Amino acid sequence: MSASESLSVTVPDTMEERVKACTICHSNKDRVGRDAYYPRIAGKPAGYLFNQMRNFRDGRRYYQPMAILLENMSDEYILEIARYFSSLQLPYPPPEKIGIRPEEIKLADSLIHLGDPGRDIPACKSCHGEALMGIKPFIPGLLGLSHAYISAQFGSWRNGGLMRGQNSNCMSEIAKRLTDEEINAIAKWLAIQTVSGEPSLPGALASEFSHRCSNIDPENMHSE
Amino acid sequence: MKYLIQQSKIYIQKHIVSVGSLIIVLFTLIFAPIPVYAESIQLSPAASDQNRSLGEYLSRVGNCMGCHTAKGGVSFAGGKKMYTSFGVFITPNITPDKKTGIGYWSKEDFWGALHRGESPDGRMLYPSFPYTEYTKVTRKDTDAIFDYLMSLEPVSKDNPSSKIFFPYNLKPLLYFWRKLYFKEGIFNPDNSKSKEWNRGAYLVQGLGHCSACHSSRNFLGASQEEKFIGKKMTGVSWYAPSLTSRLEAGSGELEINEITELLASGITKNAVASGHMATVIRQSLQFVLPEDIRAIAIYLKSIGEENSDVASAESFPILSKNIRSRLAQGGKLYTKYCEDCHQSSGRGIPGVYPSLAGNRSVTMASPLNTILSVMKGGFPPSTAGNPRPYGMPPFQQIFHDEEMALVVSYIRNAWGNHSSLVTEIDIERSRGSSRD
Repeated sequence: MSASESLSVTVPDTMEERVKACTICHSNKDRVGRDAYYPRIAGKPAGYLFNQMRNFRDGRRYYQPMAILLENMSDEYILEIARYFSSLQLPYPPPEKIGIRPEEIKLADSLIHLGDPGRDIPACKSCHGEALMGIKPFIPGLLGLSHAYISAQFGSWRNGGLMRGQNSNCMSEIAKRLTDEEINAIAKWLAIQTVSGEPSLPGALASEFSHRCSNIDPENMHSE
Repeated sequence: MKYLIQQSKIYIQKHIVSVGSLIIVLFTLIFAPIPVYAESIQLSPAASDQNRSLGEYLSRVGNCMGCHTAKGGVSFAGGKKMYTSFGVFITPNITPDKKTGIGYWSKEDFWGALHRGESPDGRMLYPSFPYTEYTKVTRKDTDAIFDYLMSLEPVSKDNPSSKIFFPYNLKPLLYFWRKLYFKEGIFNPDNSKSKEWNRGAYLVQGLGHCSACHSSRNFLGASQEEKFIGKKMTGVSWYAPSLTSRLEAGSGELEINEITELLASGITKNAVASGHMATVIRQSLQFVLPEDIRAIAIYLKSIGEENSDVASAESFPILSKNIRSRLAQGGKLYTKYCEDCHQSSGRGIPGVYPSLAGNRSVTMASPLNTILSVMKGGFPPSTAGNPRPYGMPPFQQIFHDEEMALVVSYIRNAWGNHSSLVTEIDIERSRGSSRD
């Protein structure tokens, strides 16, 4: 701004301007090092984002910086913000540059695509979509997230420190059955994928999901 | 009735045993539902409905729900943790559940709690429940609130016990505290003032319990004689500014409609509510009737006009080279991260991004709120007047402590602002005392 700055300065009446407080972390800019933790939210299903934001606000998912930002926000506005981020189609970051051993790839590949029925562990893709990009409107995609973020979420589910909204019982159970090695392999595998595509439509929901997450009613998933 | 009495006797016995084993805990006992079958006046159904809706409104004004609801919990069922220097208080369930709530209370009991700070069996309440202010609420109003609470769905929710630190858990201390600092009383209108002024005074001093935060408290937790003088809030890191000083949040120099706009919507062209005040507006003030908000504004303006605080006339020392260089570093950070919204003039965008130049919340002696705003960011409350607020980013995600100290020092000393510099220690302290 220069001498031309005056009271006539106006602010764009856009969501992009309103959510600057969010995009300082959740932006598409290349964020490395200490910022690698923040998850990508652009293009995630709106219902998922809406639920997570309400969970942060209402103390069901714990991360203080999010809780403070959302503390005095109405459901209507949260939904509007969720829809805004969901509608963003931004290019995905390149795969994370981390080392992964061949046996880790094999292990992750098997759990992600086949699961381990013997231990009652479903394949990731059975709920998160064939392309692992999530299913509208409530199930998040798993790609385009950092290894650190995915590992941390598994840790939270296992410890029960985070209740994950409406489907807390699903991922907590599953995470507790996985070993450290398995979690690490899955997190690495997901982080090194080249990402394309977008969330599947609601019809793609597997029966596995409604079977396992008894407290989600698939009939009510079209509210978006 | 016999059955109920039996049940409650069993309940009381159980309770006494458990409290006996815990010894230090008085609070549950205080709020144990003790049956008292005082006569209550029977209202006609229509009058009773009217009373309930008045009660609902008044409970909003007093923001009962704000404290008596756990985060994400059922309204009025209690369980919210209140961190104070005296212990961690867990708010009780005030739904009409007979076992875990106040279902056994009579109107008389409710009046006793609000007016005298006593539980139905005569035990003394801790002033974390602001009966020191509620004592001024009229019997008519407490009765209406009681009717409303009794019309709620009973919720069975046993909240954990409060943990009160030694020596505050000792009953004699509470007794002496009350002798010294609690004056039971009613609101006495000042007939030299207008009806509106008196209504405002009644709401601010009583049900609104503004001085619970906006008054400095002495080491025993009592609000000091001089009300509304501002203080660091106990347990949370925000500073509740003085409501009288023109160096802080005193509104003597503001227009009435600026005050009402801020209280009702959370934002004006010059100011924005943040921290706990934003929460109070979201939970309570945005629902207060325009005529009551106006009455509150008239009263607040008048107490602001009485105060003669002026900025210290002493000239600021010439800044050393070292300090100037630090401020310049802060200025660079400001240009990179803050200017986009708050402008290089520091004047912000009226009604969207607050002005920092001449902003009393930035320049007041305590730098806490400015530090916290930079550190944690936030959105003004969603209200009818401002349903889709613009937000402030949490710069703790970007800045190191030193950078935060530099930028806060800069904005406290740019554009004609003159306030103390902030150090990394100040930043660390602000973070350390934050609990929510």
